Amino acid sequence: MLTINNAVKIFSQGTPNEHKALSGLNLHLERGEFVTVVGSNGAGKSTMFNAICGNFLLNSGSIFVDGQNITYMKEHKRAGFIGRVFQDPMKGTAPNLTIEENLALAYSRQKTGPFGAAVNKKNRDMFKEALSEFNMGLEDRMQTKVGLLSGGQRQVVTLLMCTLVTPKLLLLDEHTAALDPATAEKVMEITERIVDRNNLTTLMITHNLNSALRTGTRTIMMDSGNIILDVSGEERAKMTLDDLLNMYSLKKKEAFDNDRMLLS
Amino acid sequence: MTLLLGSLQLGLLYGILAIGVYISFRILNVPDLTTEGSFTFGLATSAMCALSGHFVLGIVLSIFSGALAGCITGFLQTKCKIHPILSGIITMSGLYTINLAVMKNAVNVSLIGKTELFSYVMEKMPQLSRDTVKTALALIFALIVCIIIIRFFKTHIGLCIRATGDNEAMVSSSSINVDATKIFTLAISNACVGLSGGLMAQYQGYADINSSVGILVVGLASVIIGEVIFGRRSVTIGIISAVVGSIVYRYIMALATATHIFPAFALKLVSACIVGIALSIPAVKEAAALSKIKKEAGNDAHN
Repeated sequence: MLTINNAVKIFSQGTPNEHKALSGLNLHLERGEFVTVVGSNGAGKSTMFNAICGNFLLNSGSIFVDGQNITYMKEHKRAGFIGRVFQDPMKGTAPNLTIEENLALAYSRQKTGPFGAAVNKKNRDMFKEALSEFNMGLEDRMQTKVGLLSGGQRQVVTLLMCTLVTPKLLLLDEHTAALDPATAEKVMEITERIVDRNNLTTLMITHNLNSALRTGTRTIMMDSGNIILDVSGEERAKMTLDDLLNMYSLKKKEAFDNDRMLLS
Repeated sequence: MTLLLGSLQLGLLYGILAIGVYISFRILNVPDLTTEGSFTFGLATSAMCALSGHFVLGIVLSIFSGALAGCITGFLQTKCKIHPILSGIITMSGLYTINLAVMKNAVNVSLIGKTELFSYVMEKMPQLSRDTVKTALALIFALIVCIIIIRFFKTHIGLCIRATGDNEAMVSSSSINVDATKIFTLAISNACVGLSGGLMAQYQGYADINSSVGILVVGLASVIIGEVIFGRRSVTIGIISAVVGSIVYRYIMALATATHIFPAFALKLVSACIVGIALSIPAVKEAAALSKIKKEAGNDAHN
């Protein structure tokens, strides 16, 4: 479904601040795979997401979604088939629009055309039904401005907005990191349910190593712009949190040793 | 009586301008200085067409000339990435020359003795009085624009525009084309402004190159007065309140000049003060609340 070939992204090229955020990254995702991404800050996780979404163009390399080359496609065109949820709950919804208007924003273009009524009885009922599944009481607050909702509720609305029209690829960028533990748990549970039901191909960045191993079907670890660990299936099932942590510090130590060699 | 009706007519015709200002200022969240140029652009186009006998074409073209001006500002803002206010200033300055060219390098153009929309209807319906015709036409135009714009903001594209003004970060990462949406919105906003100018030219029977000096402030004052009366609620109410605000604004001005509170030439200063004061109300309220908290805390400390 998603293929990234030899992606290189260099920021501030040619200046003393030159930074290689992606260094020849290769990744392939099969349809329906749910991949969790871990790695320290600056490992290139978000850069990879931004590259997939088209916030910037790669220095070299190519990106394919569902066989289509999207390396040079415009951001808003890619957004038609890539759903993205950010860490910041404020980023995914318009605060002064009501819940149903926000949902209609994501839904009605394909359905009614640009000059059709944005919210009508039929899609209102559909939104209600979709919201009622989450048992958060949001279905009774369709006319409430989204700005009045809590962070967790906003994230759920954002998730629903991204998946109302089934995307080819869903990107979750630490989408529970700004929520309290109980809400985070609930949002994660809803996420899994949505992904499962629509058989979505999903990439999820998380700093919670435990949930990285528990959720999804495959886990990758990134460091300095590349994938340093890629586990799935039985190997992943057997892996414990300690294994992952050890692996992580092992890789880090290697890098450290290399540095020491360089400096000595 | 004439003063009462006259102010109503002016309020309705400038109400269309207020709708345009509401769209850019409140919905798209950008104060658009193009207004200062596009109003005269519509005014000049309409007057020159009426002068050559095509007054209906003049009204239609005034809408398109406004929209064109809006597109240029939108293009500068989005594709050339120029600061929104600066983009408006650039278009506005350029339009001054364009407007002079439209008016064949004359500073003003008179339509006295020429057929224009209002005199045409009066001729066709002699049983109606002058003021009835003028009021009815102004009311019809204001109503039609109101209904179209209100309906428009209930469509999907209308929703996209509101979202763009509300949370641009979100819209730019969604499948909505932000640049196209902004350009389109500014075109619609300035189309209203242009139409208002086009109607004003034929209503007052002359066009002046300086008609639009300070017109943005008049529009803002109308929007704000409307919000004081109705409160800031939905877009539908916002659009209606802009027109009502415009009417109230005209009555305030008529009352003030009739009672000689201030001379007519002080109108712009008064409008500017209304807008300045109204826009600073939230800041003043906040400062008052803060000083109250401080004062109470101070009292506690002394006790």
